[in-house]
Amino acid sequence: MTQKEHFNARGQVFAEAARKRILVLDGAMGTMIQAYKFTEADYRGKRFRDFPHDLKGNNDLLSLTQGEKIKEIHAAYLEAGADILETNTFNSTRISMADYHMEDLVPELNEEAARLARSVADEFTTREPEKPRFVIGSMGPTNKTASLSPDVNNPGYRAIDFDTLKANYLEQAQALVKGGVDGLLIETVFDTLNAKAALFACMELFDELGYPLPILVSGTITDASGRTLSGQTAEAFLISLSHAPLFSIGLNCALGAAQLRPYLQTLSRESEFLISAHPNAGLPNAFGDYDQSPQEMAAQIKEYLDLNLVNIIGGCCGTTPEHIREIAEMAKDYTPRALGNLSNDEPLVDSL
Amino acid sequence: MTKTTTHDHGLSSSGHKPMRLSGLESLKLTPASNFVNVGERTNVTGSRKFLRLIKNDQYNEALEVAREQVEGGAQIIDVNMDEGMLDGQAAMVKFLNLMAAEPDISRVPVMIDSSKFEIIEAGLKCVQGKAVVNSISLKGGEEEFIRQATLVKRYGAAVIVMAFDEDGQADTLERRIEICARSYKILTEQVHFPQEDIIFDPNIFPVGTGIEEHRRNAVDFFEATAWIKKNLPGAKVSGGVSNVSFSFRGNQPVREAMHAAFLYHAIQKGMDMGIVNPTLLEVYEEIPKDLLERVEDVLLDRREDATERLLDFAESFKGTTKTQVKDTAWREEPVTKRIEHALVKGIVDHIEDDVEEARKDFTQTLEVIEGPLMDGMNVVGDLFGSGKMFLPQVVKSARVMKKAVAYLEPYLEAEKAAAQDHSKKGKILLATVKGDVHDIGKNIVGVVLACNNFDIVDLGVMVPSEKILETAVKEEVDVIGLSGLITPSLDEMIFVAQEMERQNIRLPLMIGGATTSRAHTAVKIFPEYSGLVVHVNDASRSVPVAQTLASKNARAALAEKVKEEYTKLREGYLNKGSKKEYLSLEQARANALKLEFSPATVQAPDQLGVQIIEEVDLAELRNYIDWTPFFQTWQLHGKFPRILEDKVVGEEATKLFEDAQAMLEDIVVNRKLTAKAVFGLFKAQRSGADDIIGETPDGQEFTFRTLRQQGKKAKQAPNLALADFIAPAESGVQDYVGCFAVTAGIGLEKITEAYEAAHDDYNSILAKALADRLAEACAEWLHEQVRKKYWGYEKEENLSNDELIKEKYRGIRPAPGYPACPDHQEKPTIFEILQAERIGLKLTESLAMYPAAAVSGYYFAHPQSKYFGLGKIAKDQVQDYAQRKGQELAQAEKWLNPNLNYEL
Repeated sequence: MTQKEHFNARGQVFAEAARKRILVLDGAMGTMIQAYKFTEADYRGKRFRDFPHDLKGNNDLLSLTQGEKIKEIHAAYLEAGADILETNTFNSTRISMADYHMEDLVPELNEEAARLARSVADEFTTREPEKPRFVIGSMGPTNKTASLSPDVNNPGYRAIDFDTLKANYLEQAQALVKGGVDGLLIETVFDTLNAKAALFACMELFDELGYPLPILVSGTITDASGRTLSGQTAEAFLISLSHAPLFSIGLNCALGAAQLRPYLQTLSRESEFLISAHPNAGLPNAFGDYDQSPQEMAAQIKEYLDLNLVNIIGGCCGTTPEHIREIAEMAKDYTPRALGNLSNDEPLVDSL
Repeated sequence: MTKTTTHDHGLSSSGHKPMRLSGLESLKLTPASNFVNVGERTNVTGSRKFLRLIKNDQYNEALEVAREQVEGGAQIIDVNMDEGMLDGQAAMVKFLNLMAAEPDISRVPVMIDSSKFEIIEAGLKCVQGKAVVNSISLKGGEEEFIRQATLVKRYGAAVIVMAFDEDGQADTLERRIEICARSYKILTEQVHFPQEDIIFDPNIFPVGTGIEEHRRNAVDFFEATAWIKKNLPGAKVSGGVSNVSFSFRGNQPVREAMHAAFLYHAIQKGMDMGIVNPTLLEVYEEIPKDLLERVEDVLLDRREDATERLLDFAESFKGTTKTQVKDTAWREEPVTKRIEHALVKGIVDHIEDDVEEARKDFTQTLEVIEGPLMDGMNVVGDLFGSGKMFLPQVVKSARVMKKAVAYLEPYLEAEKAAAQDHSKKGKILLATVKGDVHDIGKNIVGVVLACNNFDIVDLGVMVPSEKILETAVKEEVDVIGLSGLITPSLDEMIFVAQEMERQNIRLPLMIGGATTSRAHTAVKIFPEYSGLVVHVNDASRSVPVAQTLASKNARAALAEKVKEEYTKLREGYLNKGSKKEYLSLEQARANALKLEFSPATVQAPDQLGVQIIEEVDLAELRNYIDWTPFFQTWQLHGKFPRILEDKVVGEEATKLFEDAQAMLEDIVVNRKLTAKAVFGLFKAQRSGADDIIGETPDGQEFTFRTLRQQGKKAKQAPNLALADFIAPAESGVQDYVGCFAVTAGIGLEKITEAYEAAHDDYNSILAKALADRLAEACAEWLHEQVRKKYWGYEKEENLSNDELIKEKYRGIRPAPGYPACPDHQEKPTIFEILQAERIGLKLTESLAMYPAAAVSGYYFAHPQSKYFGLGKIAKDQVQDYAQRKGQELAQAEKWLNPNLNYEL
């Protein structure tokens, strides 16, 4: 089987699974990592013992220094009923790794994180072939915005440009694919222009590879204004990214399931792609903790299911395997959001 | 293409998907949509004014042109920078980036207009929304056309295709049709460009030029439009409308009529959108009939002499111009309203005039900032908080604010110079903490503080703790302000506070930003930092807080107020308890406070044993009174002496205070009360983990039983018990403990009985309250005597009453029944050792002291001994405690009930 056939086949399995049932995405990685209370030394491991800068907080690095723990987290989510794992690569771009002076590790971080998730997912798929598990490569927003100025006195200034972002995302996506992901997740999009650069990079990668992979996009509505950080409404966000042949589009982070619902409804109404949602476990309390219980969150997500809003559902900040278990248990009994133009003979991923 | 769907994706009745565009908001074009106006004034080739502004680098004014277009009704903004003398690409990027920061402009989609594809591509890299490219064509051959179209698709834009090919521009109906058909085929079949995103521009050329070949220019456009709409599914038609009236330049009324009439006919044929100046467009129905007839004769090529007739007629219209309609009603409002409007709308145009006007209304320039400008910013803050404004708009408001302030700056300086105000400005460091890029709030705070004469050291965003502290030390700042919007920033702020504590940097710390809260600051940051930390709710609050922080005197008062508030908040939070975790007694003991016991921390009292002071001088005690609790007795809350000036209760407090002083005078002068004291100092050692065994000079042993905190602590914080302050026997260091009882209530009954007999409750209560205060004062006075004289470990101490109230001294005097040792059952032990009945004190059945105006407690002298709250304790400790005390569990539980972490 050629690489292309392999990926086309996997893509078909992924699409087929999405047609049959609501797919459950895993929950928060950061929340789980926090529970381990890793110390600076844990973050460093042997390999970076003498690294000249602080590394605590560089969660993505744990794929290299605490790989077994990351696999434990992945396994906990699959055990809880998740169908899809996100790789531990939210910040694995040069731009974000610059905070830790680890830019050159970007290819390795992504490839290894993809491998870890892949091996756990494959183990579960072998055990339960009737429920194949998938791995998607998490591509976060970076810590820079391409359409907002960080300088109030110089609104025309940009701390980052499209081409740099594109190059960053291309490097990340290449390594994720090399590590064996089934698709790419451009997530927590708070500036749509960043996401457009990521999409552009994906297209370039697919040109290079000669075949496409499913792309999932997930934006972030920051607050009650119903806008992204860069000021777009949910509908404008959707329109701005619909030029790419997306596998799914959705929303995550910043809000809890209840607050996210109206914007999800907008997307569901207007989008011809699959719809995903991975909300936070409620809104953070005054101390930045998320204290919505699995049951409370599931009760709010039930509304999505009753309204037939989603195809992919999972959790973001503050969610744990227990949250995912509740959600998965409930989602089992629902059919996915109907998508009329998703006929059997039409591939979800256009050829380019 | 038509598919059956269970969801309505907005497929139109004709089966085509709508064209969907976006800026910050969406724009959908369905066949049912009205004609879409594209603003044309931000085009250097079409507007000499705009060209001049760009050339002169007057981008602010250039933005106003764009704003005017949107306010005037443009639904898309066309931007063109194609001019020989300009760096078109740089100008395009700069203008688009600036537009993105203007939410009332960037809410609409952009049309990136250039004949150079590299400029288009540079523009596409700047827009987050779905734009329209204007334009590409077959002019450079198929290959280039395909390359450009593929890129446009990949950047996610719709595209205008000019009717232009390798042989030139289409100038006949046939050529228009031929080129559009070919372009459409390539786009849909080879590039897979979404058909609904293809827009044709079949060339609008001037009419009425007098040149024979131009006569059919408008008619051919109309017919080509009809053909495209009929034969190329999904495709749209657009055009640059003002071209048609090119030969009537300078005659605005005629041009406006021509545009309106042209559009009327083109739209009927299916034209979807056009580049028009919506503020210079007549309403078709309102074109004078005679003018309309002549205009349409030309457009529709209805008469041989149409052009001459229009030209003749046009002469009579020359020179009349239409006034532009724009909402200027707000300019009629009073100046404060105008400033608010400008801030909310982010309009910089008139702000200098307005603040100048406001400046004349106030005596001090600073009042303009603190008055109308801050009021306006508060409105902005409220709107933002309630989701009615969003971030980019707030950024603009901040800019208006900044401009206003910049204008006022020279006046501020001048006034200061005139007032010879050489007071050193405070220096404030501001930073958005590591991991966070949000700085709008911080910037606003910076502006506001700078306006108030503070030097601002702004370290920007994503600032690591090391840099903050390094800079703070190097720049010798007075205050550090931390800001953040996302939740991880909360932890980073705690980290900064811990670092400050560790590095012994005790600068006042201001905490602000959207996710921060008073509660978080009180519970999570305040305990980590022994310097002053204050949460600041919004920018306007930052000024008074910063002023207080920068002044050493005012700072101490604030520190105290904050300490009081935050302690209360924190205790309130900790006592909620539902989620609180508890350690086992064993674990809690393992986490006991481990003090060093050495000659430096342990000192033998000059005189051991029990001593009585038969009569304490009331006149002396008067100086030791802490008046704040006195007012609390009367439900008047506030610190003394500030409370006397309090807006709400000040008057009443003052009256009460005068009455109290008068009565106190009577009590002191006429010796109506007697204050007595008894105390003892003994050898003592800690026994086990929580008991203190003492020994009187005649060899009698006694035991104080203390209780240990069991709530799970933040890392490094110990679980305290009073016994921790006494050296254990194993240490080999002889330690000491003390206890005392005082009363000032002897004689009180006589006073109150007299008042009560006269039904004078007010004076009765007043007398009791004063006796209570005197008893407290007596305890305070006695403690001082003990420290300085009887125990003598602080012989040099010299503190004011205020400092005494703040417990600035070494050692503590905790009282049974209070937070550190809540078990009243310890009182009998103290009374027994001291034989307290000798000073007229006894214990009631419920272990209350009588007379009530009394205080009893322990003395601990270790320099690190401190007051604390026991909090809730678990059953294992209560069991252990009961056993140690030799009593039934039920009895211990009864006395400790308020402190149990379990239900009885």
